[in-house]
Amino acid sequence: MSAELFKKMAQSIIDGDSDVSVELANQAVAANIDPIQAITEGFVVGVNTVGEAFANGDAFLPELVMAGEAMKAAVTALEPEMAKRGTQRKMLGKVVLATVEGDIHEIGKSLVGTMLSASGFQVFDMGVDVATTKIIAKVKEVDADIVAMSALLTTTMVKQKEVIDVLDKEGLRRKVKVMVGGAPVTRDWVQRIEADGYSEDAIGAVNVAKQLMGI
Amino acid sequence: MQPKLELLSQVLIDRVLDEAFQLMLKPGIKVQSGEARTLLAEAGALVDANSDVVRIPEMVVRKALETTPHTFNLYDRNGNPTVFYGGDAVHFDPGSSGVHVLDPDTLEHKPSYAADLMRLVKVTEMLPQYDAQSTAVVCNEIPKAVGDLYRLYVVLLFSSKPIITGSFSIQTLQSMIDMLGIFAGSSSALAEKPQAVFDVCPSPPLIWSEFGSQNLIDLARAGVPAQMVSMPLAGAAAPVTLLGSVTQHAAECLSGITIHQLAKAGSPIVWGGAPAIFDMRKGTTPMGAIETAMIDASYAQVGKSLGLPTHTYLCASDSKLVDAQAGMESGISAVIGALAGINMISGAGMLDFLACQSAEKLVVDAEGIGMAKRLLAGMQVQTENLATALFEGINFKGDFLKQKITRELFAKEQYLPSAVIDRDSIRGWQAGGSKDTFARAKDRTTQLLKEYQQPAMAEDQKKELQTMVTKLARDAGMDRLPDL
Repeated sequence: MSAELFKKMAQSIIDGDSDVSVELANQAVAANIDPIQAITEGFVVGVNTVGEAFANGDAFLPELVMAGEAMKAAVTALEPEMAKRGTQRKMLGKVVLATVEGDIHEIGKSLVGTMLSASGFQVFDMGVDVATTKIIAKVKEVDADIVAMSALLTTTMVKQKEVIDVLDKEGLRRKVKVMVGGAPVTRDWVQRIEADGYSEDAIGAVNVAKQLMGI
Repeated sequence: MQPKLELLSQVLIDRVLDEAFQLMLKPGIKVQSGEARTLLAEAGALVDANSDVVRIPEMVVRKALETTPHTFNLYDRNGNPTVFYGGDAVHFDPGSSGVHVLDPDTLEHKPSYAADLMRLVKVTEMLPQYDAQSTAVVCNEIPKAVGDLYRLYVVLLFSSKPIITGSFSIQTLQSMIDMLGIFAGSSSALAEKPQAVFDVCPSPPLIWSEFGSQNLIDLARAGVPAQMVSMPLAGAAAPVTLLGSVTQHAAECLSGITIHQLAKAGSPIVWGGAPAIFDMRKGTTPMGAIETAMIDASYAQVGKSLGLPTHTYLCASDSKLVDAQAGMESGISAVIGALAGINMISGAGMLDFLACQSAEKLVVDAEGIGMAKRLLAGMQVQTENLATALFEGINFKGDFLKQKITRELFAKEQYLPSAVIDRDSIRGWQAGGSKDTFARAKDRTTQLLKEYQQPAMAEDQKKELQTMVTKLARDAGMDRLPDL
């Protein structure tokens, strides 16, 4: 019976249907199925299927994003049960994500967030126009493994460097990896500010994050 | 008769405007400048103090539209009006603010420096197809705080054409206006005969940032033309439908015009943009997509229905090389922009989603622009009768080459391309080294740079400009300007 349910779960992610994925998550709880098993044998299978199809050019961003949203909704629905059982989904790492101060570009940053969290990272998306001090405070608060910063303007890129400088000053730089992205971000810039990684797109960002975590 | 492309019926234009006015009430426009919100509130808009959202009634916008000039000129440094914003006049300029240049030898996309900008400006100066210059790339060695005004400085040094530019901050705008004022005589003289138009960008969807709104206000008060560059990204930062994006564009521009005219009624402002569709495979914003050009032609039609001057971003490509895709996308979109009668079409020279400029591509694009402009000139009646008189003495022989009228009219009837366009025989082409378009463009670029002569500039003006920019650069922590 669970096999049938897991298959439906995967399909709900492929269909990008949050209503169905939440409904199936609730069914799993009612049937006393381990939520971790529901995630790994059900929903994640769907995420991987869409991810692969996207990589092959057979799926498109709206499908990928909606799959990510359906996944997020399902996991949220399973969280109370996980808490009750005292179990936790094993995450790949904690990422603090933001578009830097003065910059309100959201699309690329949010895509990276969706992809990272669908791939198993715990993402703290702070939104856009986030001051350096706030980013640093969040890094400390959640004990982040990675800071990922987006900047789409040549005028705001410099804030990426500012965050790195402050991390350095506060003695956090060795502990926290830094990823940067955004249209004006070049390899040259990445080297100049001594960031650890950058990617041209959201799927690439997942690979970079995994590399930085040694996965 | 200038040929025209119109994608919207009058009924659709009315629907776009009607829904744009609805959007300005619900959800409203987010205006992040306190001064702009005050101006709007005083004019009768409703401001939500907690969210910075302003609901702007149609009446307030209509009043602003009444005072917006329908035409204005841009002047070259010698005070000649060479660019006309208004009606169906069409002009082209290179795309702005690239961060890379294409190295013509290694084909690498390299970060751009002051010397690269100078090279682009010189090539643009030599090509009559470009009616205006742009501050085409950022200069990587220049501190960000003065990057915008330094670009303008390079253009002023090496060109006398009108300029499409823009500031990177609220503070530097005034310095840039002062720089232009040196040549106009004063800032009020600059308002009389502007040499530059300043791009100002709303942030999709439906947001005027503090920087954007403040630039609108400051430009209006200075009387220097503002050019709104609204960029709905269909399917990401705008509705996925092309018409939904055109409607969002209208709401962003109408609210911009309202802020601008409230700051100073009668100042010139352009209905412009750089929209794109969103590529659903790569998450990129293709400027060479046909749908991007369709959004542009349509929003221009909406702007024209209000009698406004227009601008857009076309003649660019997403290819990484100056190759077949680059030629196809730039050529097709240049023709669409021209047929749409858009007053200023920025984008030539650009590759890679407006990130990379190429002087060699500017040279190729100039030919596409030449052809587009020829198309606009249309079918002309050059002779009293169309053919009959020309047949006198012909007697079934192909002797038209011998006619005086042929010699007189061929250069009027035909656009005469440079050697970048290959119309040689196969043997002639082989004898010339069997070169492809890019190789021919490289040759021509080298030739143009060799022939280039710096336009004269009065010594005292040059000195004043250099002193001003050197001081501003020093304040930003740069001891001396790069040698050019």
